[in-house]
Amino acid sequence: MDSTIGIIGAILTLSGSIFIFLGALGLVRMPDLFNRIQAGTKASTLGTFLSLIGLLIITPQWWGKLILLMIFILITNPVSSHILARAAHFIGVPLADKTVTDKYKEEEKTFSIKDEIKNDTHD
Amino acid sequence: MKIKNFIALFLILIVVWILVNNSFSGQIIIIGFILSAFIALLFGTNLRIFDELKFTPTALGYTFIYLLVFLIELIKSNLDVARRVLTPSLPINPGIVKTKTVLKSKMGRMILANSITLTPGTLTVDIDGDTLYIHWIDVCCEDIDKATNAIVKKFEKHLVKIYD
Repeated sequence: MDSTIGIIGAILTLSGSIFIFLGALGLVRMPDLFNRIQAGTKASTLGTFLSLIGLLIITPQWWGKLILLMIFILITNPVSSHILARAAHFIGVPLADKTVTDKYKEEEKTFSIKDEIKNDTHD
Repeated sequence: MKIKNFIALFLILIVVWILVNNSFSGQIIIIGFILSAFIALLFGTNLRIFDELKFTPTALGYTFIYLLVFLIELIKSNLDVARRVLTPSLPINPGIVKTKTVLKSKMGRMILANSITLTPGTLTVDIDGDTLYIHWIDVCCEDIDKATNAIVKKFEKHLVKIYD
């Protein structure tokens, strides 16, 4: 019985690490920053969760800290990737050639501060 | 209003304290109880973020349903992005689309934006009032209504019941 639980936990941890590997592969393969954020920071959400759940099954006495880790990842992961993407778009990181549409750029309001800086330097 | 903020902050603090200490022994619970109550008294009263929380049974039930829906979406989209990464031709069709949400509360909008960001394939770039700008790895439709149906609706229909 004990070894069965160990094997189930090991399989979960292994599948989690496969997802993290796929995230790293996506980081290399994707053409621009936004797609890299998609693959790199977030294919790893499920990967980290599966690894932690596997650990939870193998060593149940760590449950408190492992659940806390999951909650912190759930809260901080979207905030950091959103801020990275917004800052990158704001300073004008180019999008890949494959990009179909950029509705955000069409809104002039979001670029007003940048235009002000540009006008200041021209003066 | 203030007593609700106090209770919410107190519960969060004591749960984190117990999880970090990883034990239910008397001493630790008592120290955690006193410290959490003290911090919640100091800072809980003017915390605006918990104003929109509801502790009614229906809200808690829909929160549970929402977590399930979110988990299923997370697994589905993770598999989808993994498939795109592994396919040699890299079948992506990225772009930033504009969507609208019907949610009114700030807390609901925050949870919606973070859920969209957490599911791979969609990434909230900016939120401006009820407009969300979303970087989407596979743009099927640039139209606002169609994009809203494809990305926002599946989370929104549950969040509306919790926060509005």
